Amino acid sequence: MSLFENFKKGLWRENAVFRLLLGLCPTLAVTTSAENGIGMGLATTFVLVGSNIVVSLMRQVIPSKVRIPAFIVIIASFVTVVQLCMEAYFYDLYKALGIFIPLIVVNCVILGRAEAFASKNSLLPSMADGLGMGTGFTLALFVLGAVRELFGSGTLLGYAVFGAAYQPLILMILPPGAFIAMGLLLACMNFIDNRRS
Amino acid sequence: MHAVLYSLLPACGVAVYFFGPSALSVLLIATLGCLATEAVCQRLMGQPVTLADGSAAITGVLLAFNLPPSSPWWLTLLGAVIAIAIGKQVYGGLGSNPFNPALVARVVLLISFPVQMTTWSAPAPLGSGLDLVTTATPLAEWKNAVMLTGQLPDEMQGSMANYFLGNMPGCLGEVSALALLLGAAYLFYRRVLTWHIPTAFVGTVVLLSGLFWLINPAKYPNPVFHLLTGGLILGAFYMATDMVTTPVSTKGMLLFGIGCGLLTVLIRLFGGYPEGVSFAILLMNAATPLIDRYLRPHTFGVLAGKA
Repeated sequence: MSLFENFKKGLWRENAVFRLLLGLCPTLAVTTSAENGIGMGLATTFVLVGSNIVVSLMRQVIPSKVRIPAFIVIIASFVTVVQLCMEAYFYDLYKALGIFIPLIVVNCVILGRAEAFASKNSLLPSMADGLGMGTGFTLALFVLGAVRELFGSGTLLGYAVFGAAYQPLILMILPPGAFIAMGLLLACMNFIDNRRS
Repeated sequence: MHAVLYSLLPACGVAVYFFGPSALSVLLIATLGCLATEAVCQRLMGQPVTLADGSAAITGVLLAFNLPPSSPWWLTLLGAVIAIAIGKQVYGGLGSNPFNPALVARVVLLISFPVQMTTWSAPAPLGSGLDLVTTATPLAEWKNAVMLTGQLPDEMQGSMANYFLGNMPGCLGEVSALALLLGAAYLFYRRVLTWHIPTAFVGTVVLLSGLFWLINPAKYPNPVFHLLTGGLILGAFYMATDMVTTPVSTKGMLLFGIGCGLLTVLIRLFGGYPEGVSFAILLMNAATPLIDRYLRPHTFGVLAGKA
């Protein structure tokens, strides 16, 4: 597979959220607005690319019996970097995402890519894979956050869309709304795929 | 199915009598909205359109029964779309939905639009020349008083006779116990209903609320009040008996009814909302597969424990 294909597969065909249904905890929990979705997606992308690079470079050194703890230590290091950076430079977003930033450590997309891809491939394909998976994850969170924000608050990225008379469907920014929106988006993706084939 | 529709007619009449044209428009929008959504969904999914089975119309009427008479048109229409699209067709249509569609829509609306969903009108019988005035339901009146003073209000606005006839503020279809019981009697006669769920549901509410009343009559209202106000009769006879979303065995039905009654009283007396019937039924709907699994009737000719 070429580098570009390694990148591209994460966007749609193996999209972490909508195709593999991985990392649903942050996906459903933080996507109350498009902005939160982008923030969470970018933070995860950074960790994903970083951990894929390090895991790929160290794949000959890590004994296979202790590889999972080793991966987790690598991932946790990157998460700490992200957490401190966000606290320093994006404090509002840091407050909004809260506990879900440290919880990136246990996002199974990241461990999944380390185990399934980076530990078996060389540096460049691993980077492309991490970048593609991260971009796909970010896109998914953005779309989900945008849909929920649009109906739940009547805004998009903070700008009012529907005008003052719109009565927001508050359910959409509550937890059940996350599941409903996720299900409907999955249905849309399946519909598009069925049309294509 | 159509028998259920006929049995709802007396309550429709009472609603229109007490709340006038606004009740009629809510009923029409909800029913037509449900029928249209069902047709559109089935057409989109390439299935035969089954409006004639009456199930979408029943969902529409029940949804209208669960809305306040002053509901704006968009609220009613949104409820109808949610009931059929999210509550029913998403799961595969009639017979596959785990939750009562009308109640799903009611709870979505109640959580999303608390202001519109709890703005009640005092009844203004046809020909009385009265305008609809905003007021509180008896249950909300009680809850507010208990929250503020810890005691029953000195004087409730309505009398038990009015509660029974339906002359009180509330959702369209829940006000008149008399009209609902008339319809239910017809359903019993046609053998659409069995006694298990309604009896277990209403009985549990009466027993449990009676217990609290005996312990502290200054704070807790009497069981007759619980029975006649709010959506208990509507819920127990029409929505907790939906054959799709409730257990099939008789033991299961009794357990289902008792669970509904228990949750209703708990939510009414200790919960944040004044009324708990819809939440109770939805929660028990969720427990239905489990109940069916554990209370499976014996197969004839098979030894116990070997099935």
